[in-house]
Amino acid sequence: MNIFKNTKQLLVSATVIAMAIPAFAAISRLDSGKSTVGIIFKQMNVPVDAKFKKFSAVIDYNAGKPETSKASVEIDLASFDLGDPEYNKEVLKKEWFNAAQFPKASFVATSMKMSGTGKLDVNGTLTIKGKSANVSFPMSVKQEGTNQIFDGSLPIKRLAFNIGEGEWKDTSMVADEVTIKFHVVTTQ
Amino acid sequence: MTAKNRYPTPLIALHWLIAILIVAAFALGTVMTDMRISPTKLQYYSYHKWLGVTVLALVAIRLLARLFSTAPAYPDTMGNWQKKVANATHILLYVLMFAVPLSGYFYTSAAGYPVVYLGMFELPTIIGPDPELKHSLKELHELLTNVILALVSLHVLAALKHQFVDKDGILRRMMPGK
Repeated sequence: MNIFKNTKQLLVSATVIAMAIPAFAAISRLDSGKSTVGIIFKQMNVPVDAKFKKFSAVIDYNAGKPETSKASVEIDLASFDLGDPEYNKEVLKKEWFNAAQFPKASFVATSMKMSGTGKLDVNGTLTIKGKSANVSFPMSVKQEGTNQIFDGSLPIKRLAFNIGEGEWKDTSMVADEVTIKFHVVTTQ
Repeated sequence: MTAKNRYPTPLIALHWLIAILIVAAFALGTVMTDMRISPTKLQYYSYHKWLGVTVLALVAIRLLARLFSTAPAYPDTMGNWQKKVANATHILLYVLMFAVPLSGYFYTSAAGYPVVYLGMFELPTIIGPDPELKHSLKELHELLTNVILALVSLHVLAALKHQFVDKDGILRRMMPGK
């Protein structure tokens, strides 16, 4: 009789705990319809906007303990779009993304620290065209119903990743600094 | 009092300056569109746009100056219909000298690329990026450049005909001097 009670208690406790875990660690699904990842750069001082239409993100954000959060993003470089099909094709070539050899760019967060209400300092590794670099950037996080919204931007130097080789190294033609902007929405 | 036989000097200066700029813009426009993508191609596109904006500004000044001036009389030997055709051509040229750069300006705006004049001053885009409009404005800009090419050719050939065939000294109207 005693054992049965214990087993039942055990089962009930196990079930309660299993149901409680999602409330603490939110592994959410990317809402690709609402999310955007894009870049802004300057071409002879003319601001140019471009976006990546295909990317995936796994964000395991823990609102209670942000330092334990995990985030990784993978971008499909062939989905690059700056509004002109000819230029979109050009950017996939060897001198630029070399998408044939390196089809994806990735970011993996190594640390996330709270820096204010709804603000995080993110550190991580950005890998493009076979080169990896440590990056740090601020990110804002907002909860809207079952959605979590992550916004941020990080400036990178394209030449550090060898993007734009040969005659394209000229930064007066295409500036070295490129700002990656993202608006990532996840649903639970 | 003798009738004035040439345009005021500022108008003469503007005529030749704008002519040179238009020829340069036209040459760049012809070459740049067929180039493979390269830094040089992008440079040509920028120079082409800077030239277009410069022409637009200068033609605006020139039109004002023209409206407040008296044009020299045509040669006496010129028939009335020739004078009418000449006037019509000149008016059309003024219209095109606005329409060509304006269509180009709206084209680049619709494409989402503002003009950064001389690489320094970002000019207002007036209209937002619009892929469909971009396509139409591209065609319009190219069509208008063909029309201005035809009109300029007519204008140049007519001037040369008057000067060297009719020998009526018409070029004097647009040459500096007393």
